[in-house]
Amino acid sequence: MESKFYEKDKLLVFKMTDEIDDHNVQKIRGKVDYEIERYMPKRIVFDFDNVSFMDSAGIGLMIGRYKFATMIGAKVEMTNVQGSVKKIFEMSGILRLIPIIEDAKAS
Amino acid sequence: MKDKFDNEMKLEFISKSSNEAFARVAVAAFAAQLDPTIEELADIKTAVSEAVTNSIIHGYEDKQGLIKVMCRLIDNKIIIEISDKGKGIEDIEAAKEPLYTTKPNLERSGMGFTIIESFMDSMEIESILGLGTKVTMVKTIKEKVENEEQEFQMLTNE
Repeated sequence: MESKFYEKDKLLVFKMTDEIDDHNVQKIRGKVDYEIERYMPKRIVFDFDNVSFMDSAGIGLMIGRYKFATMIGAKVEMTNVQGSVKKIFEMSGILRLIPIIEDAKAS
Repeated sequence: MKDKFDNEMKLEFISKSSNEAFARVAVAAFAAQLDPTIEELADIKTAVSEAVTNSIIHGYEDKQGLIKVMCRLIDNKIIIEISDKGKGIEDIEAAKEPLYTTKPNLERSGMGFTIIESFMDSMEIESILGLGTKVTMVKTIKEKVENEEQEFQMLTNE
């Protein structure tokens, strides 16, 4: 997973990679929270383009990050959400809290 | 149900979370014999991942135990049984409810069984407290040849 911070927009983008499951989620959570605390962004975008698999661990991960972001006053969005990842997010009702956007930079 | 299956395989592994990926990839490789679409294969992988994770997190909690995965192919159906000898589920109906979780502090979404139910054609849970849990799920892989023929007929009818 890579992240990039755009200072001007106070935008933090996470490029999620590989498989998001119960085994990997703890590591991902630690890294993401570390970066959020480090930059204190106003807007956070999770890019799912390079995610090859995700199960319900991804829902827990996103709800947890949403709560954290709300605490520091940041907005959370997702991009490049497709296929079964999208089906899982739709089923969870999470899209009401974390919308899917077309492009990370277009605000 | 016929008592003879077209093909059958069994896996057994210990309840380590690194085996979640192993289990879903192994089942997907076996299911590939039915020539599923990428979407059908993703559905199967997700359902297996949910059930195996449940056995590890809820069935065995921090203890180590064995998880068994049995897969059977019959015609164009895959039947997957995932079982553990863990602590069992107290209230199966509650566990099936979306967002129900006994471990909310660990960022569990409580969507595991809901996802299995909607990604597979059917799901059945058998559980005895103190003895373990078995989840059986079935998915029919749709015939692609027929679809192509139908498409061809539709095109030629126009």
